Amino acid sequence: MSATVRMRTLVNGEARQSDVEPRLLLVHYLRDLLGLTGTHIGCDTTSCGACTVLLDGEAVKSCTVLAVQADGGEVTTIEGMGRDGDLHPLQEAFHTEHGLQCGYCTPGMIMAAADLLERNPKPTEDEVRHGLEGNLCRCTGYHNIVKAVLAAAERGGAGVPEGSRGKVVEV
Amino acid sequence: MAATAQKRAGNGYVGQAIPRKEDARMITGTGRYVDDLSPPGTLHVAIVRSTEAHAAIASIDAAAAREHPNVVAVVTGDDLVEDFDGGVPMVWAPPGVEINTPDHWPLKRGEVKCVGDPVAAVVATDRYVAADAAEDVIVEYEPRPAVVDPERALDQGSPLVWDQFGTNETHQFALSGGDVDAAIADADVVLERRVVNHRTSGGAIETRGAIAEPHGDTITLTSATQIPHITRFLLSGMLGIPEDKLRVIAPDVGGGFGTKLNTYGEEALVCALARRLGRPVKWIESRSENLAYTHHGRDQIAYLTLAAKSDGTLTGMRVRMVNDLGAYQQILTPFIPELGFPVMGGCYKIPSIELHFTGVFTNKFATDAIRGAGRPEATHWIEVGIDQLADELGVDRLELRRRNFIPAEEFPYETPLGIVYDSGNYEGTLDLMLERVDLEALGREQEELRGRGVYRGIGFSTYTEVCGLAPSRAVGPQGVGLQAAFFESAAVRVHPTGTATVYSGASPHGQGLDTSFAQIAADRLGISPEQVEVLHGDTNQGPWGWGTYGSRSLSVGGEAVARAAERVQDKAKRICAAMLEAAPEDIELVGDSYQVTGSPDKSMSMADIALAAHVPPQELPAEIEPGLEESAFYDPENFVFPFGAHACVVDVDVETGKVEIKRWVAVDDCGPAINPMLIDGQVHGGITHGIGQALYEQIVYDDEGQLVTGSFVDYALPTAAEVPSFETGRQETPSPVNSLGVKGVGEAGTIAASPAVVNAVVDALKPLGVTYIDMPLTPLRVWQAIEAAKGEGGGPAASEQGKDVGEHGAGAAGSGPTHPDEGGAP
Repeated sequence: MSATVRMRTLVNGEARQSDVEPRLLLVHYLRDLLGLTGTHIGCDTTSCGACTVLLDGEAVKSCTVLAVQADGGEVTTIEGMGRDGDLHPLQEAFHTEHGLQCGYCTPGMIMAAADLLERNPKPTEDEVRHGLEGNLCRCTGYHNIVKAVLAAAERGGAGVPEGSRGKVVEV
Repeated sequence: MAATAQKRAGNGYVGQAIPRKEDARMITGTGRYVDDLSPPGTLHVAIVRSTEAHAAIASIDAAAAREHPNVVAVVTGDDLVEDFDGGVPMVWAPPGVEINTPDHWPLKRGEVKCVGDPVAAVVATDRYVAADAAEDVIVEYEPRPAVVDPERALDQGSPLVWDQFGTNETHQFALSGGDVDAAIADADVVLERRVVNHRTSGGAIETRGAIAEPHGDTITLTSATQIPHITRFLLSGMLGIPEDKLRVIAPDVGGGFGTKLNTYGEEALVCALARRLGRPVKWIESRSENLAYTHHGRDQIAYLTLAAKSDGTLTGMRVRMVNDLGAYQQILTPFIPELGFPVMGGCYKIPSIELHFTGVFTNKFATDAIRGAGRPEATHWIEVGIDQLADELGVDRLELRRRNFIPAEEFPYETPLGIVYDSGNYEGTLDLMLERVDLEALGREQEELRGRGVYRGIGFSTYTEVCGLAPSRAVGPQGVGLQAAFFESAAVRVHPTGTATVYSGASPHGQGLDTSFAQIAADRLGISPEQVEVLHGDTNQGPWGWGTYGSRSLSVGGEAVARAAERVQDKAKRICAAMLEAAPEDIELVGDSYQVTGSPDKSMSMADIALAAHVPPQELPAEIEPGLEESAFYDPENFVFPFGAHACVVDVDVETGKVEIKRWVAVDDCGPAINPMLIDGQVHGGITHGIGQALYEQIVYDDEGQLVTGSFVDYALPTAAEVPSFETGRQETPSPVNSLGVKGVGEAGTIAASPAVVNAVVDALKPLGVTYIDMPLTPLRVWQAIEAAKGEGGGPAASEQGKDVGEHGAGAAGSGPTHPDEGGAP
């Protein structure tokens, strides 16, 4: 067992402090240490995007980020997308447009879409398709995922949630 | 039948596009997939797997691995001899046919037969420690020659995968009806083609995984599976545990596509380790393990012969198939190629059909069911064959189809193989599809674009498939010999407050059955779908069931739900009649009101009736048992046969060979819709799966049997950028087989898609002399076909016949299709 490193993060608005192995992946930190199992793992090669979370407001594949790289940063996972009991517009749209089937890629897809809509609030269909190229879904054929993202964009306010854009954490 | 459905219709929730009940947990990250669960004290397993395709295990040195702090155990196959009563069983025993079936133990002893074969298991307190220690297990191998090409494997003198059988042939199986020899002798045209349907992976985004928890003398296995009950049944035998001492739970399952329709060695392994160690043991498959050692699909070479008259009338079909089954028999491995046999004539009236199946061992992992399982292969060669025949005859490919369609008025239609197609209207779906596709405009566009050097092609596929597994008499021991039955079960319990729980023996993993089953039950109970909870996937809960696969859950499982709910409705009416002092036959369900015919003011709601059933306010007749719960077991009389017509429009970049799908129009008929939104979703996903196989995906082993496509970097699933939005339409031809009239739709898109893509690409490249290309149509392959056609003078005779170009499916960082610049095209 290697030595551990102390890290502090703000995860879904909560301050967290942990001693972790430097090699620990962010996705395992979130899932195994913090119990935030909404972030999934689908490959080992940064290909599928199931593990996508927001780090300082930007989508990252948390299987390719070390937990310690999030030290001092702010992480938002699918569990932190809703606010005050309300679903995020993307969560709502994935439901109404049938943008999910088995649900396994869904959290990563929603996080990637939030990042996309933050950068480009009114994308075209083609921009959505290319914007989600890093996230694989085997169930939906993407048709209704694209519809959901466009519907959320139409509704507005579907980018990264307020207060997740990275501030220095004081613990 | 329709009248019955009408009578049971309640509030008419069936048919509505109701958003899914399943979604709430999945969009909030509160779903529970197997890797989300870690009971207290969970130990983690890392499996040491063979790096050799074929070798004797000379030695295994686990000393260094055992020295890692927090490693609890390292075990090999030799250590677990006493732990298993049997290996993974294969369940097909066709009468009179011997199928070579080697032992298939969870950990291999003596020899390994493919890359990924498990040779040792490391158990540690932490997944990182387990992985570290697994790296330190030293296995020495003595390599043996690997067998990779299934046709060469059948040659005299080929190295053998299994010495004890003296051959690499696993079995032969044949079916025939009518006189194909005579049809060929009398034919005006005989078309012969070799069609390769390459090996693929299922590609569920969640890999496999399993946790075994010991509790005294019982074990609970939570596994990412499509078949919890079958798995308990089979593991009970493998582990020597009485079935009642083993509970199998399928939690939320992140897609299956057939890959989780199996019982795997790892599931038995974690149970055995948990039993030994007395602690929960968890194994989560990595993606590279998944690509190596979760069963593959397809891998068939078909030699197709079609006999026809000069007017295009089909008179006979013979297909000889060589099926590469890999090194082991998983539970259904040798049966999967044969599974498509009921529809091996497609939607055509072919008076004579002969089918020959040869299974072959190679040093690869086993094939088994992947979305469509046997029917995509059959549909591919028949639909590609029809286009090829049209070219040969010089007739229009849609006209050729129409000339040979089984006419709508001839259903139920019996094929030469004695299979009865339940219902169909193939011209209907083709016409509806063509209404959406303006063929004339497309043709003009094609001409005009060609003038500008853009090669656009249009491809069609008119398919029928067989699903609703199945009538046990047809596929069980008294039929083709599966040692299984395929009924489905349901129990419907109405609680004292009038809400209901439906227990299903099906085990959905994305299909939306929580919603569609709730709709079916709600209408029959006179409550709303929100008041119906659907539970499944737990062998300790609800009746025994056969699980979810083969597009069977609605037509078999849904029918069981309907029947159980109707029994509840009948009992509710009897209780209501007693309460209202009316005759039971005078009670009718109108919307959500149980009322006396002609006196709607005399009525009760389900909540009133349910309370009376549990807490009777007055004495009920003695013949009415207390409670309000019924179950049903339903074994269908026949299969169901969905069908449809798809069109695919592609542009091919003739400089790079890259294929771009511009448009997709699909009209499918799976009977009356329970929830049209769910049907569209299944069709979208199905088509994309088929596009993936046609253009991008391929499991590739090199000549030494090394797996080349061991990650999602090399095995390329289609992304959102590679597929268009789909234009879907529906026709509803009820099946006479079940009271709902429904057929399946989970695999239809996949079955339809691949030939439409290939036919479109060939259509685009016809002016260049390309007449056929085997899948996957990677840029390199397409470019090579174009070059080969040029080399042969560009004449229409030039062809690319199943040439093995040695490159593998697509694959590049980011999972996009490989551009030839990256893929090393000449």
